[in-house]
Amino acid sequence: MMESNRYQLNKELAQMLKGGVIMDVTTPEQAKIAEAAGACAVMALEKIPADIRAAGGVSRMSDPAMIKSIQNAVSIPVMAKCRIGHFAEAQILEAIEIDYIDESEVLSPADDIYHIDKTKFRVPFVCGAKDLGEALRRIAEGASMIRTKGEPGTGDIVQAVRHMRKIQSEMARIVSRRDDELFEEAKQLQVPVEFVKYVHENGKLPVVNFAAGGVATPADAAWMMQLGAEGVFVGSGIFKSGDPEKRANAIVKAVTNYNDPDVLAKLSENLGEAMVGINEQEIALLMAERGK
Amino acid sequence: MIGILALQGAFQEHADALKKLSAEYKFIRNQSDLCAEFDGLILPGGESTVQRKLAKELGLLEHIKKMIEEGVPVLGTCAGLILLSKEIACGEETTFGTLPVAVCRNAYGRQLGSFSALGNVGDISDFPMRFIRAPYIEGIFSEDVEILNVLDHKITAVRYKNQIGVSFHPELTSDLRLHQMLLKI
Repeated sequence: MMESNRYQLNKELAQMLKGGVIMDVTTPEQAKIAEAAGACAVMALEKIPADIRAAGGVSRMSDPAMIKSIQNAVSIPVMAKCRIGHFAEAQILEAIEIDYIDESEVLSPADDIYHIDKTKFRVPFVCGAKDLGEALRRIAEGASMIRTKGEPGTGDIVQAVRHMRKIQSEMARIVSRRDDELFEEAKQLQVPVEFVKYVHENGKLPVVNFAAGGVATPADAAWMMQLGAEGVFVGSGIFKSGDPEKRANAIVKAVTNYNDPDVLAKLSENLGEAMVGINEQEIALLMAERGK
Repeated sequence: MIGILALQGAFQEHADALKKLSAEYKFIRNQSDLCAEFDGLILPGGESTVQRKLAKELGLLEHIKKMIEEGVPVLGTCAGLILLSKEIACGEETTFGTLPVAVCRNAYGRQLGSFSALGNVGDISDFPMRFIRAPYIEGIFSEDVEILNVLDHKITAVRYKNQIGVSFHPELTSDLRLHQMLLKI
């Protein structure tokens, strides 16, 4: 059983990432570009989601040697993904002292029923969620940070927006309920009632909540922040664009000044080509439907 | 009015602490936020590389540095301590450089090295200290630097005139005594 202090420290690391941008990188060179552009953490993976989507096939945890080369290249926290449910992959990532594990639907799900019991680990986990029930179930399993599931590798923001709005509106509903109605809410959401009570009293999740999936422009990032995200993951949006360095810089500043249209207008100028992207209706595989 | 540097990191937590103390605050995100008169500054935890870059590129660095040099009280926590420090081990670029100490970043290692402890901070006894990928202070360049805490032979908290720098995160606890210390300077 994980010490409760360790879980608290893990939630607190996520608090330190707030107001920041976490960028997907596949090489030490990209990791350095991301750090220099102001990333508050990097996600080390062999292929960025757009390429995973294009390549098809089973995608798995990255080579630990590749992750270590990125750990050695930067001083900011390094995250890495394991497959949903695959706790041996997670054990390996813990063994190389990863700063955060993303139990991620972007990789092929390895277990179609069970998620990882994250309370068994000392390193922190971030998990995706489309709605409040999913978010609270992942937290009950030991996740110390939540992100929207978006639709990775598409450059289409529509799903991240849908998930963020859904979570926010469900939380607003919980806040407005009477105390004696919370048990039924817990039943409907399929989550332990103590988490519903937390949301009722605090109006927010018990952990930090980031936006992820389809963020491609400074405007996308600022919009997600205005919709209630506490920070932003950017995957393919940076290194699939025409000028990764410039775009990464602009997205970082957009997250800081998300409420200032004058600043955002300047940041959005002359960024070169955004990633081409695919619309939600054009894709055969909805990764957000993986793991509920 | 206390100015909280709100570029990245746990700035909201500092605001919550000030609210409990009924102290007014304002977030500093860009130059237009610097028009106000500040009685104090808080530099929060977060990633120091991000905060340094943004302070520089959003044109805040010189103005804030001048305020600190002119004596405006400042509390820097974790990344905030790094921003204040005159020297960073491994020769990394400094930010304000107003606090005559040398710090070592990520001095306790990666997240698995994060920990908590209870200790005295100057006159404050039994203060809960949360160390998250924390730095510590490994060199002191002035006799006027007062050491407020030493943990396992490592300096984790100092005061130099109007500047308080700590390796840990008072904003993550409900203990308001360090914020009170800032307000009393």
